[in-house]
Amino acid sequence: MPLRLLKYGLSRDYPVSGDIPATPELKPAYDVVIIGGGGHGLSCAHHLAKYHGIKSVAVLEKGYLAGGNTARNTTTIRSNYITPEGIAFYKEGVELFERLSQELDFNVMFSQRGQLTLAHTEATMRSFHLRAEMGKHMGTRTEVVDQKGVEELCPLLNMDYGGPLEILGGLWHADGGTARHDAVAWGYAAQASRRGVEIHQRTEVQGFEVVGDRVQAVNTNRGRVACGQVLIATGGMNYDVALMAGVELPIRCYPLQAMVTQPLKPWLNTLVSSVSLHTYLVQSSRGEVVIGGGSDPYQLYSTRSTLDMKEHLAEGAVHLFPFLQGVRLLRQWAGITDMTPDYSPIMGASPLANLWLDCGWGTWGFKATPVAGKRMAQTIADGRVPDILKPFALERFETFQLLNEMGATAASH
Amino acid sequence: MKLLTCPMNGPRNIDEFQSFGPVRARPDPNATADRDWSRHLFRAENRKGVVVEWWRHVPSNYFFLAERDLVSNEILRTFDASELRDRA
Ligand SMILES: Cc1cc2nc3c(=O)[nH]c(=O)nc-3n(C[C@H](O)[C@H](O)[C@H](O)COP(=O)(O)OP(=O)(O)OC[C@H]3O[C@@H](n4cnc5c(N)ncnc54)[C@H](O)[C@@H]3O)c2cc1C
Repeated sequence: MPLRLLKYGLSRDYPVSGDIPATPELKPAYDVVIIGGGGHGLSCAHHLAKYHGIKSVAVLEKGYLAGGNTARNTTTIRSNYITPEGIAFYKEGVELFERLSQELDFNVMFSQRGQLTLAHTEATMRSFHLRAEMGKHMGTRTEVVDQKGVEELCPLLNMDYGGPLEILGGLWHADGGTARHDAVAWGYAAQASRRGVEIHQRTEVQGFEVVGDRVQAVNTNRGRVACGQVLIATGGMNYDVALMAGVELPIRCYPLQAMVTQPLKPWLNTLVSSVSLHTYLVQSSRGEVVIGGGSDPYQLYSTRSTLDMKEHLAEGAVHLFPFLQGVRLLRQWAGITDMTPDYSPIMGASPLANLWLDCGWGTWGFKATPVAGKRMAQTIADGRVPDILKPFALERFETFQLLNEMGATAASH
Repeated sequence: MKLLTCPMNGPRNIDEFQSFGPVRARPDPNATADRDWSRHLFRAENRKGVVVEWWRHVPSNYFFLAERDLVSNEILRTFDASELRDRA
């Protein structure tokens, strides 16, 4: 990397390298067909090609590369969940982010500046103690801080002493951070295509040819593609796509909205999130304050934005940092999120022998882009689900072994 | 502002309402296997198209039903729950 950079700096014409090749002709068959060219699908393709030597791989993306939720998320990366199974998995995810720029030879701008979650009630403080102890037990950096600790970590916060939303303390997660979402997807795409993976943009899967318990082929707007193994990683469309294969997932679709302010000088060092206000903030490296919160209040397949939600987010942000009141909004957007009943993903086998699931990522799946890709590639290559993924199986709903991460997810993603 | 027409209170800001999700048939507790209970609990209607769902007008605590398109978000019809009972 440094040598290449030096050479580039010394060259006269600054050669432009096309990282991602144009969409090739579709072949009649591939060993692995990955449906969905978001971060998850591309990460899986990279891991299949680099670590398992499987190169006959096609990523089928109905729109443009990583234009789904990968392009729309607020990039929170963290592992301060509450179930041991969840923490173990997300911890591996954070560790992969720590080395991701080297792995991809692409700067993903990982910034591990820590996440501070605020408690305004005693009940929230109790849940923080539980999360901190679980986190420590599992080897992550997660601790409860008191009011003084909060003030030290984030001096500009409105503590609302004596008020109805007085900040009583916080959950400090030093492992938390952000990364540049597009770079993560492009980095995986570049690495995967360098190793022979084909990325087909504007290629929409419209149906499955199922014979017995196997998918023979998928049908696309560009023709039929026979497949050895198939992975569904279609973000907000996971329910819809799985249904085409006859698999009904316990998923409901909700829009999730976010917005950014005009750029400001750097003033916010950590990620800040408030459970009671359903608002979280982070300042991007461009200086924009990214503001997100909870999902829309009812099911919908739409990426429209609403004034109600924007007002709600602005209210929370201004309550925490009153000096933001005169600041303008620059952009606002939404993504369709595939929500599971327990706020944990569905990964692993499906009722069909060669159809694999990387679904149910809802509002929290960006942070898992590297680890889900790595572990799903292992699953597909071995034809067997590794232990770390077993708790996330689709069958958990039938056996009532849910992995409830709602409390650790709803307000912070 | 999106309006929802409450069968009792007329057209109101949708902010005044709470969604309780798609209507699902209640299984017979004496004749339902675990598998079907899990379906009942965890799988709600999510197909692209029109759903019949429960809503509550929060200030008046009135529950009613709406037919809504999950893609266009168009509310096609709202009606009192007695209609569902009469239909069953
Ligand atoms: C506003 C918002 C904020 C979020 N914030 C965070 C956060 O802070 N931290 C976090 O960890 N997560 C966050 N998330 C969640 C996160 O964005 C997703 O879970 C994650 O990006 C999912 O990645 P993916 O690759 O599985 O899906 P996507 O990036 O959505 O990719 C799926 C792709 O599949 C394609 N596709 C769909 N149907 C078909 C078809 N039939 N044929 C072919 N291709 C198809 C789509 O076009 C899309 O490009 C947020 C989400 C939103 C919307």
